[in-house]
Amino acid sequence: MVSAVFHAPLDIPQEAPQIIANNASPISARGQKYLESSQAVGRRAPRGWSALPRAFWLAVLPPLCGLGLLVGLWAVLSSTTGGSIPSPKDTWLQAVEVFSDPFYRNGPNDQGVGWNVLASLQRVAVGFGLAALVGIPAGFVIGRFAFLSRMFMPVVSLLRPVSPLAWLPIGLLVFKGANPAAIWTIFICSIWPMIINTAVGVQRVPQDYMNVARVLNLSEWKIATKILFPAVLPYMLTGVRLAVGTAWLVIVAAEMLTGGVGIGFWVWDEWNNLNVKNIIIAIFVIGIVGLLLEYALIKLATAFTFEEVKA
Amino acid sequence: MSTKFIEIHGVEQTFKTAKGLFPALRDIHLTIAKGEFVALIGHSGCGKSTLLNLIAGLTTPTNGALLCANKEIKGPGPERAVVFQNHSLLPWLTCFDNIYLAVERVFGAKETKAQLKTRTDAALALVGLTHAGQKRPGEISGGMKQRVGIARALSMEPQVLLMDEPFGALDALTRAKLQDELLEIVARTQSTVVMVTHDVDEAVLLSDKIVMMTNGPAATIGEVLTVDLPRPRRRVELAEDPQYVHYRKAVIDFLYTRQGHVEKAA
Repeated sequence: MVSAVFHAPLDIPQEAPQIIANNASPISARGQKYLESSQAVGRRAPRGWSALPRAFWLAVLPPLCGLGLLVGLWAVLSSTTGGSIPSPKDTWLQAVEVFSDPFYRNGPNDQGVGWNVLASLQRVAVGFGLAALVGIPAGFVIGRFAFLSRMFMPVVSLLRPVSPLAWLPIGLLVFKGANPAAIWTIFICSIWPMIINTAVGVQRVPQDYMNVARVLNLSEWKIATKILFPAVLPYMLTGVRLAVGTAWLVIVAAEMLTGGVGIGFWVWDEWNNLNVKNIIIAIFVIGIVGLLLEYALIKLATAFTFEEVKA
Repeated sequence: MSTKFIEIHGVEQTFKTAKGLFPALRDIHLTIAKGEFVALIGHSGCGKSTLLNLIAGLTTPTNGALLCANKEIKGPGPERAVVFQNHSLLPWLTCFDNIYLAVERVFGAKETKAQLKTRTDAALALVGLTHAGQKRPGEISGGMKQRVGIARALSMEPQVLLMDEPFGALDALTRAKLQDELLEIVARTQSTVVMVTHDVDEAVLLSDKIVMMTNGPAATIGEVLTVDLPRPRRRVELAEDPQYVHYRKAVIDFLYTRQGHVEKAA
């Protein structure tokens, strides 16, 4: 979902060298091209099309091309629809204005984009934090004890495919307020990936490590802290990443329904104002925030991934 | 010193598999004295590791009984330390912490932190890895990892050291070096050792007793060879020792003449 969409711009720089090198020297044989591309990285560009290191262009040019294509298509679309979709230039000017004062407050329904984003992030943080608090220990217990796994997995499998928004009315009913209901929706949507990934991680702890624990006769607490937790951490962080991605997707939709302050509400409010420029700005803001969340969690996950046991 | 330290009486092990019951071991009788070095040798799949796991208590026998120091072996425990085939170090702990985890478990109740630390350092020094204490297993070579695994087992001051092909994954030179180190350590600590191996030279060089197993399924002990070579043993001198050559030939004869044709038997 979110990961699939927002992964792409981050991945491109790694794959890029091959593509560009092949375009740059179309005449030479395939093998030579490969040789050239691998040697040329880090040196000056051989054809003299820039003084900058070739590697820099290989990293920067493809993403720029992609973004350029997006803006180009947008401009074409804008001009063919006769301006009902605002042009990139108009939107840019509007964005400059919006971001010149992101933190203004003119009453509860008219606040700066900064406040809206922060309000959404706060809801995600609370709902997601509560889900982590419940879901990660639950995942550990479900993964550790086969009985509990068989007991809870059918329930999880049944509830997981349900759209989190279907839980919103229940939230409104129980909590009698829009804000807790939105947080409840985030809680529900982010708890499943964390339970499932943590449980799978616990079940996949190599038997070798568990044998060490058995020979040493470690206490259940030591097993949890010294073996299970570090072994499961990469799985758990994957669950956290999926959960944050989903939560960020869902909060926009939830806020459209609940209102208040938040980026989702902002989108809906601007639609009611027929201010399409702000909607497009909101789409970019949502995308960038999601990308940053994803990126931060990937960095976190790689820091805690250890080499597996090898013979 | 008791002559019967580990006793195995009529042990039989049957595994439930998808194809039905698989008889792995039958009719195993063996006694091991304190301070004895015993090698279990046999072709692949003859149940050497199964027997070792039974002594370790990681599995329980279908029939029969195992005793250690006159007590029934009911489960694994730190008095029977295991050196695993693939070292099984925890990759997120440093070498020091890997050993400390074991030391703390065994001695934590009655010793101070400083004493535990001293024990851990001593174990690292025993295998010549003092300098690698703060490294993670991923940062050291295969031979070094196996040495940390041995140090971890020895640090627990076990009554029995159980080793499952500890040098199987190593190259010949590293293996020889670690065998020499092990000989030295065992001579110093007077440990009782049971080692699974498929290497004839390793078995003759290290052991007091070589337990040769017949081919599976339903493997049992074919023959027990007592290796009466004086210690300390040095591999270079032994290579031409007629007695050593005789023992070596006896094992090879058992493995390849009498228990050959693994494919047919299986």
